[in-house]
Amino acid sequence: MAKPELKTNQKTQVEDRSSLKGTLASVFLLGLFIIVSWVSVYYLFVDRF
Amino acid sequence: MHMHKFEKIWLTFGIGCLVVFLTVVGVSAFYLGNKPASCLTTIDPEKVTQTKPFDKPGLHKVEGKEWDYELVFVASAFSYQPAQVEVPLGAKVKVIATTTDVVHGLEVAGTNINMMLEPGYINEYTTTFDKAGEYLIVCNEYCGTGHHLMFSKIEVVEK
Amino acid sequence: MINVTAAKIKVDPRDAKLSMAHFFVAFTALALGGLMGLLQTLVRSGKFELPFGIGYYQVLTVHGVLMGLVLTTFFIMGFQYAAVSRTAGTHSNAARRTGWIGFWLMTIGTLMSATMVLLNEATVLYTFYAPLQAHWIFYLGLTFVVIGSWIDGAAQIMTYAKWRKNNPGQPSPLLSFMAVINTVMWIVATLGVAATVLFQLLPWSLGLVETVDVLVSRTLFWYFGHPLVYFWLLPAYMCWYAIIPKIIGGKIFSDSLARLSFILFLLFSIPVGFHHQLTEPGIDPVWKFIQVILTFMVVIPSLMTAFSLFATFERYGRSKGATGLFGWLKVLPWNDARFIVPFIGMVSFIPAGAGGIINASNQMDQVVHNTIWVTGHFHLTAATSVVLTFFGISYWLVPHLTGRKLTKAMNKLGIIQAWVWFIGMAFMSGAMHFQGLLGGPRRSSFSTYGNSQQALEWIPYQIAQAVGGTILFLGIILVLIIFINLAFFAPKGEEEFPVGEAENLSEKAPMVFENWKLWLGITAALILFAYTVPFIDIIQNAPPGSKGFKTW
Ligand code: HEM
Ligand SMILES: [Cu+2]
Ligand SMILES: [Cu+2]
Repeated sequence: MAKPELKTNQKTQVEDRSSLKGTLASVFLLGLFIIVSWVSVYYLFVDRF
Repeated sequence: MHMHKFEKIWLTFGIGCLVVFLTVVGVSAFYLGNKPASCLTTIDPEKVTQTKPFDKPGLHKVEGKEWDYELVFVASAFSYQPAQVEVPLGAKVKVIATTTDVVHGLEVAGTNINMMLEPGYINEYTTTFDKAGEYLIVCNEYCGTGHHLMFSKIEVVEK
Repeated sequence: MINVTAAKIKVDPRDAKLSMAHFFVAFTALALGGLMGLLQTLVRSGKFELPFGIGYYQVLTVHGVLMGLVLTTFFIMGFQYAAVSRTAGTHSNAARRTGWIGFWLMTIGTLMSATMVLLNEATVLYTFYAPLQAHWIFYLGLTFVVIGSWIDGAAQIMTYAKWRKNNPGQPSPLLSFMAVINTVMWIVATLGVAATVLFQLLPWSLGLVETVDVLVSRTLFWYFGHPLVYFWLLPAYMCWYAIIPKIIGGKIFSDSLARLSFILFLLFSIPVGFHHQLTEPGIDPVWKFIQVILTFMVVIPSLMTAFSLFATFERYGRSKGATGLFGWLKVLPWNDARFIVPFIGMVSFIPAGAGGIINASNQMDQVVHNTIWVTGHFHLTAATSVVLTFFGISYWLVPHLTGRKLTKAMNKLGIIQAWVWFIGMAFMSGAMHFQGLLGGPRRSSFSTYGNSQQALEWIPYQIAQAVGGTILFLGIILVLIIFINLAFFAPKGEEEFPVGEAENLSEKAPMVFENWKLWLGITAALILFAYTVPFIDIIQNAPPGSKGFKTW
């Protein structure tokens, strides 16, 4: 019973080891921040004369 | 040289964003005419007050041009001519300015009118004054001891 | 692995001495400049006036010159000199002598310029825009600083060249490579400021010529001014890419990509100076926009850097068993000042970089140009990301060089220092950004502008800046305490100079990265492309020149 469970566990762990999904999420959050800042100031530019 | 798949995705996205930003400002500048102040006309900095239009600073109605008024400023350490001016709401105005001495700035706070004034050069910016109110003009380039005392005012009023 | 041959674990004491000499000048500049910064924020709050009739703009000139030019240049030269010694081997006697000559020339030049500023003969701010005319000794001093920095940098290049000769066909050690890229970029960039000072401002201030071409001078200045800020940033990137991985116990994500990003910085940092002149007359808007595009190119290596750093942290965290999307954040060494201090710098670079993209966006510059937003921006880039990283470096480098140890107490104080800085800067820089969006001008003493409604609305932000400035000044006192402790009083011992290893050692960096003819050729080609036509335009259509003014 316990054996196969251990196996799958190991497998996901190995996969997890080299994963960079956190990095991808982080840089996309960074990208989002850049876009929001840029658009806000662009809005100021368009709104002002 | 190896690049991780996620890094390729990120760079594609990031560079894509930069391209979009550039396209937006590029189209706005060169198609819609929102270029930053970049006038190429020169002037003798020692003869500014004898040279047209700077011999008569202030707001002037003009005919047959793409804009309705010309608003002429002469900057010198540490004041602007005129020191105060009224502009009718909704008027399309070309702001024309230069300096008689050192480098100054001409920034109408809270608007996109923000340009450098450099000796020997005229600078200009055309816009429609479509929001009423009192606007402060500040010098935003260091020009000497009185730099922070150098200002003027524009009142945009309904007429 | 490949590079162990020449690398010494410890910087030679003779090299250490020269590095430390740089640091003493740098931290003296920080102390005096910090005091000036505090005074500026207090004056701008409207609640305080300078005593003895001292002028605000004289104080601001001291602050800008000491922080922007002296602190940065001396720290960087001292750090890179040590980094090359550590990774490419001890400097030869000839290289070391060269380094000392450069150091003294820079120091003498600094003293000459500083004297003129203190005598109120050069209250022209650190950008010394003509036709404000300073005393000629001020310009001569600047010339000495620039030429001194070339000679100082030559020492690094000599040792790098020696390594290359002794290790044919091998990619050079990463830190040495990066240091040399930065030095080369600096030399190419300073040609511009050297040209305007030597050929325009010096003869003009000596009365040999009567007038100066203002726009030519400004254009040469900004040809230098933008790479100047990358010259500050790249040593911080050196630490982030190549040193931090070792400190946390991880690996450099990719040695080759790190080198590639530095090469991109060399290529694209220079042909972009017009983005500081976007609202100026006399420059064709098409050429402005071309340089805006080139400016956006230089964002790309920073995007690469962000990915590499996150990846280094995530790989390390997962190797320690972290799971989930962000579990790796938890296992980072949060109690190690050598990590956390630069880390806060990295985080600050996120808003700093976003602001930079806004500034560079052609006509959007009209919203922020010469407002206090810009000051807020570079207090994030230079005065937080860069200097916090420099502080983090000095917390291990100074004891390494002086044969002492970073004690637990100093480590703790270092962490406190960084948080104090961060909080102070959040107030000061945050308030500057918002006040700038409302139109508040930079480089301006306190003023209500004839009780203008708009100007009155800026005052609360200026008070917030004074609160931030006071907290920041506390931060400066803390750094100075730590620096003096590590230089003179900390217990004797061995402190490591951490140098990271690449994750994939079998992947050798392509040798084309060391092909200087190629990269210098492309650098020159890009500069010529971006500047030749507009520069000829500026000269051909020049108005009558300007006489000098002394308006202070
Ligand atoms: C105690 C910390 C600091 C405080 C309170 C402070 C405060 C200020 C203020 C209020 C200004 C703008 C004044 C104005 O525009 O009228 C300013 C300008 C400046 N600061 Fe700082 N600053 C600090 C640290 C730094 C550091 C560490 C650096 C550099 C790495 C730096 C570099 C500069 C530069 C280059 C300017 C521009 C000067 C100019 O516009 O001519 N500052 N600082
Ligand atoms: Cu001014
Ligand atoms: Cu720049």
